[in-house]
Amino acid sequence: MEYFVQQLVNGLTLGSIYGLIAIGYTMVYGIIGMVNFAHGDIFMLGGFAALIVYLLLVSLFGGVPIALALFIMILVAMVMTGLWNWVIEKMAYRPLRGSFRLAPLITAIGMSIALSNFIQVTQGPRNKPIPSMVSSVYEVFGISISLKQIIIVLVTAVLLTIFWYIVNHTPLGRAQRATEQDRKMAALLGIDVDKTISITFVMGAALAAVAGTMYLMYYGVIVFTDGFTPGVKAFTAAVLGGIGSLPGAVLGGLMIGLIESLWSAYFTIDYKDVATFSILAVVLIFKPSGILGRPEVEKV
Amino acid sequence: MMTKDPILKVEHLSMRFGGLMAINDLSFEAYRGDITALIGPNGAGKTTVFNCITGFYKPTMGMITMRQQGGKEFLLERMSDFEVTRDAKVARTFQNIRLFSGLTVLENLLVAQHNKLMLASGYTILGLLGFPTYKKAAAQSIEQAKYWLDKANLTDRADDPAGDLPYGAQRRLEIARAMCTGPEFLCLDEPAAGLNPRESLALNELLRSIRKDTGTSILLIEHDMSVVMEISDHVVVLEYGQKISDGNPEHVKNDPKVIAAYLGVEDDEVEEVIEEIEIIAETAPGDTH
Repeated sequence: MEYFVQQLVNGLTLGSIYGLIAIGYTMVYGIIGMVNFAHGDIFMLGGFAALIVYLLLVSLFGGVPIALALFIMILVAMVMTGLWNWVIEKMAYRPLRGSFRLAPLITAIGMSIALSNFIQVTQGPRNKPIPSMVSSVYEVFGISISLKQIIIVLVTAVLLTIFWYIVNHTPLGRAQRATEQDRKMAALLGIDVDKTISITFVMGAALAAVAGTMYLMYYGVIVFTDGFTPGVKAFTAAVLGGIGSLPGAVLGGLMIGLIESLWSAYFTIDYKDVATFSILAVVLIFKPSGILGRPEVEKV
Repeated sequence: MMTKDPILKVEHLSMRFGGLMAINDLSFEAYRGDITALIGPNGAGKTTVFNCITGFYKPTMGMITMRQQGGKEFLLERMSDFEVTRDAKVARTFQNIRLFSGLTVLENLLVAQHNKLMLASGYTILGLLGFPTYKKAAAQSIEQAKYWLDKANLTDRADDPAGDLPYGAQRRLEIARAMCTGPEFLCLDEPAAGLNPRESLALNELLRSIRKDTGTSILLIEHDMSVVMEISDHVVVLEYGQKISDGNPEHVKNDPKVIAAYLGVEDDEVEEVIEEIEIIAETAPGDTH
């Protein structure tokens, strides 16, 4: 029993990271119907931004309180990565928006390769380690919960609440939902659609950057290829939860995290990805629009 | 009629799609405070004119000038679609209903006030922090929405998804939503299409009260002649992308060219048609409104 709960805790942590990335996929898909394959690399970029900030902090000021360091890392990574995604959207995706559906998809794949190669060239191809920042571990009823895990789940919960609030209760979120339903009509009500789409990309990237920072802190190491697997898993999470749905992305992320850690705990770890994707396939057979997804509404 | 102060001036407008001249050298004016109707047989280019006015199409040639109350002028053909609404204050509705069916009725009206709210919320950040200026602006926009809900007779459906409303109510909501953008000039593309007589009456009521209470000038495309003749002050008739008549409803109704266009006769037969119509009018008096 304790073993099981322990795995649940591990799965939730992992799932939180996937969920944060998945939101970026789901928001972008929702608003312009495009799968942004470069989003995984945006997440990796966020991790590297956090790493660089950490190294700068240490070399400039010596010791910095961990909480402060983490806060600055997250903030700078969010801003930097948001800026990156803003530029990418403006340069690579926007000119193709009126084009046929596959064009931006292919561009996104190209962007993904470009980003990971860019990091490989500028940061080197080897694993970049970071000294363990938070190492406290608490024993609760025989289950060990590390402070890292608590931070990850807490930060995820707080950010999700903020973003959920923005999407559902602010003028910006209303504009995003309107643009999602009918872009032309939104423009005719005076909404700057291009700007709204840009902001959506920035929001997705900011969350991915947080996920990148958490990933770096959790595993203590990051490398230029790290965008791929978590990116694909997060995309899977978005599809599983129902692409286009915000709570769906989080639910999907948590499910993927739980499936992975529970499978690794009770079966062979080598097959954990096989298990994850098999479950995805089964769910999609019975619920093609995902767990919380709305059935495809015909757009006029 | 009072002194004619044009709010919208269309000059030498032409729109070509490949080999098709959808609008050919069209000029007309809509006057401030008027309800102007744009009529004509199917395919005359009425909706194309709307699309040029609201930035959907870039006209091949010509100039569309919007003159606001303060005298500020905008060249609509040079503006992109969202600027036409945001800066020039021209709003429109479509022939087919384009509500955000997943948003509630109230949200549909709030989306239309986006720019005002976005500014007040300091691009969301101040809004998140609960700044009083934003709270005030939010309360105001809800008041504005409530006002139009009341006008459109939709107050009790405010929190339902817009897609659940009956057809006539959706039409009224669309007009209310356009009004929430705070337009000086409102373009309505066949607002009465598909309405039953009772809904049609409610619509006329709404349009009249818009003109009376807000002073918004209206340009409408309409096929239903009873609506056109009843509520419009000024009628412009198009045929094959060209203007064939322009004037008050009485004038247009009796214009032989208009009659010919609607009945589809050759030019030399026009005289005959007019005679026939006069005979009909004499034998069935009281039918003309």
